Amino acid sequence: MSSKQTDVKDLIERKYEHGFITDIETDTVPPGLDEDVIRLISRKKGEPQFMLDWRLKSFKHWQTMSKPNWAKLNIAPINYQDISYFSAPKRPEDGPQSLDEVDPKLLETYEKLGIPLHERARLAGVAVDAVFDSVSVTTTFKGKLAEAGVIFCPFSEAVINHPELIERYLGTVVPYRDNFFAALNSAVFSDGSFVYIPKGVRCPMELSTYFRINAANTGQFERTLIIADEGSHVSYLEGCTAPMRDENQLHAAVVELVAEQDAEIKYSTVQNWYPGDEEGRGGIYNFVTKRGDCRGDRSKVSWTQVEAGSAITWKYPSCILRGNGSIGEFYSVAVTNNLQQADTGTKMVHIGKNTKSTIISKGISAGRAQNTYRGLVKIFPTADNARNYTQCDSLLMGNQCGAHTFPYMEIKNPNAVVEHEATTSKIADDQLFYCQQRGLSEEDAVNMIVNGFCKEVFRELPMEFAVEAQALMNVSLEGAVG
Amino acid sequence: MLIKINNLHVSVNETEIIKGLNLTIGEGEVHAIMGPNGSGKSTLAQTLAGHPNYDVTAGTVEFAGQNLLDLAADERARAGIFLGFQYPVEISGVSNIYMLKAALNARRKAAGKPEIDAVEFMRFVKEKAALMKLDQKFLTRGVNEGFSGGEKKRNEIFQMAVLEPKFAILDETDSGLDIDALKVVANGVNQQRDDKCSVLLITHYQRLLDYIQPDFVHVLANGQIIRSGDKDLALELEANGYDEILAAAKA
Repeated sequence: MSSKQTDVKDLIERKYEHGFITDIETDTVPPGLDEDVIRLISRKKGEPQFMLDWRLKSFKHWQTMSKPNWAKLNIAPINYQDISYFSAPKRPEDGPQSLDEVDPKLLETYEKLGIPLHERARLAGVAVDAVFDSVSVTTTFKGKLAEAGVIFCPFSEAVINHPELIERYLGTVVPYRDNFFAALNSAVFSDGSFVYIPKGVRCPMELSTYFRINAANTGQFERTLIIADEGSHVSYLEGCTAPMRDENQLHAAVVELVAEQDAEIKYSTVQNWYPGDEEGRGGIYNFVTKRGDCRGDRSKVSWTQVEAGSAITWKYPSCILRGNGSIGEFYSVAVTNNLQQADTGTKMVHIGKNTKSTIISKGISAGRAQNTYRGLVKIFPTADNARNYTQCDSLLMGNQCGAHTFPYMEIKNPNAVVEHEATTSKIADDQLFYCQQRGLSEEDAVNMIVNGFCKEVFRELPMEFAVEAQALMNVSLEGAVG
Repeated sequence: MLIKINNLHVSVNETEIIKGLNLTIGEGEVHAIMGPNGSGKSTLAQTLAGHPNYDVTAGTVEFAGQNLLDLAADERARAGIFLGFQYPVEISGVSNIYMLKAALNARRKAAGKPEIDAVEFMRFVKEKAALMKLDQKFLTRGVNEGFSGGEKKRNEIFQMAVLEPKFAILDETDSGLDIDALKVVANGVNQQRDDKCSVLLITHYQRLLDYIQPDFVHVLANGQIIRSGDKDLALELEANGYDEILAAAKA
């Protein structure tokens, strides 16, 4: 490939497509974190006392903790006093009631991201709760959802309107003591989504939220809680991308899923935060705690993620299989290029009898990136006849990147069946030549091979997301062959 | 004249394999290249297709009025060159027809034609699959994934039938085929020939030439064509082996 190496280099160095900054006036709290800041956040949001108390408890506990350092990640020190913990678009009181009233600059931002909210929402029948910085600015399809009894609203709204549900479920899947970043999130979380599906209801549409970081130097602390009551079903989509920045931005989200008896939650993510430049400058730190609790018998939680962005990803969407016969699934594609680092995987904790879990992880590493799969399969003595199947495949592009697999298994029940398969491969020159000989350009050939590698995961995504995910893969790996 | 190879020298890892080869192939002609192992047959095939590991150190190749050596492998393919691989590559997760459609559209785009209509494409592909007696399930399976040796070779000719090249190089397409599969493959090639496709057949055995009658047969040895003739030359080789011809060439 020597004659083509310069072209390849050009392609690798192509700038981040979604790098831009929207100039919207923001109402931002000065950097720094103490109890007063937390009180201020809570007051600005008009929260009830229980919420403030919980935040303060979390903050106290966080102060006793130190950041985890077991991951295979090289993280520059973060000064938490340099971060501003609240930022909201101005004029929240006269917030828009429909898309027509939305700040045109915001709509323009979505346009650039290829998210024509308007058409997408109408054509695809997707209810969109768009999060811009910390406060949700537009919510659609409320009527149709309300008819089915589904609650889908910004988290901050749920705190005001459904405090009994928040108080009952918040922190029951990811306690504030869980880990350093979860504790921080619990103290300062800005906004996010809240979903409640009542008993026996099949949510009439895919629920979708687009997250986006915009104001400079503002950490985002999303908090999402989804409750699927007995016999209900919901599919939730989350996608994000961020503008170009020089400074690292911290993103420490928490997502809690509760599946009651016979309920099913499908949670899909396409993550495309700004990954930093080719020298590793800038880029988002994505430290996320996501966990699903299969509380009821025969309940199911299914995670599908496509992780393409962020300078550093630290994320393990997990399933607690408490109910008998409950099912946990984790389908993941993690792509790293240039100097990106990802340490991602899942935990499947089998507690109930006849519980089943499936893990399919695809890691793609290019440039000088490091990509790690870390997964735990834990079978409790109570989990008779538990089953797990794990498949971890790594694809390397070039000879300066790394792929690592750390599968942990703790099996305390003799009749569990746990299978693990792992492969590591390189995109072979002969595969590329074969495709090129049929007439495909090198770039198209790489895209095709990579998409083939990811197929088992992509087919778990809702249709319109699968198309986006493929496009994203192509952008993320442009020319990354050497 | 479709392709004209003049004084071609090719090295792989600094070792010269092709040492001054001359060959001219006209439109719709079928040329067979035979020769002992290590004579440079596959090197010739890979070089013409544009594999980057093969360095052309001297000589020229003219193809349909263009300097072939200026073009990258994918440009050559779009210009109408097809290589039937001796060892077809597996690409898991990419379906056979997905790749074919992408390849066909890349060619059409290069020719300034619009993308093929999806319904039209399926009709066309099914027709070609039937011709190659390929079960339709092969269309949606991963490219060569889990195919037997014979299925892979049939798949190569099926792809050729869909892509309709101007010039097909078939590198030991007959190896590993039973007699029925050989007939199917030969039938596929003969149909292309009727459509004015020129073919360079690389083979060890005369057997294939019973089904695809070549216009010319060449013997390649030590990186050069040492003898050319009509199809009777293949019969002579079958009867006497290469030793006699090699000895005659040295003398």
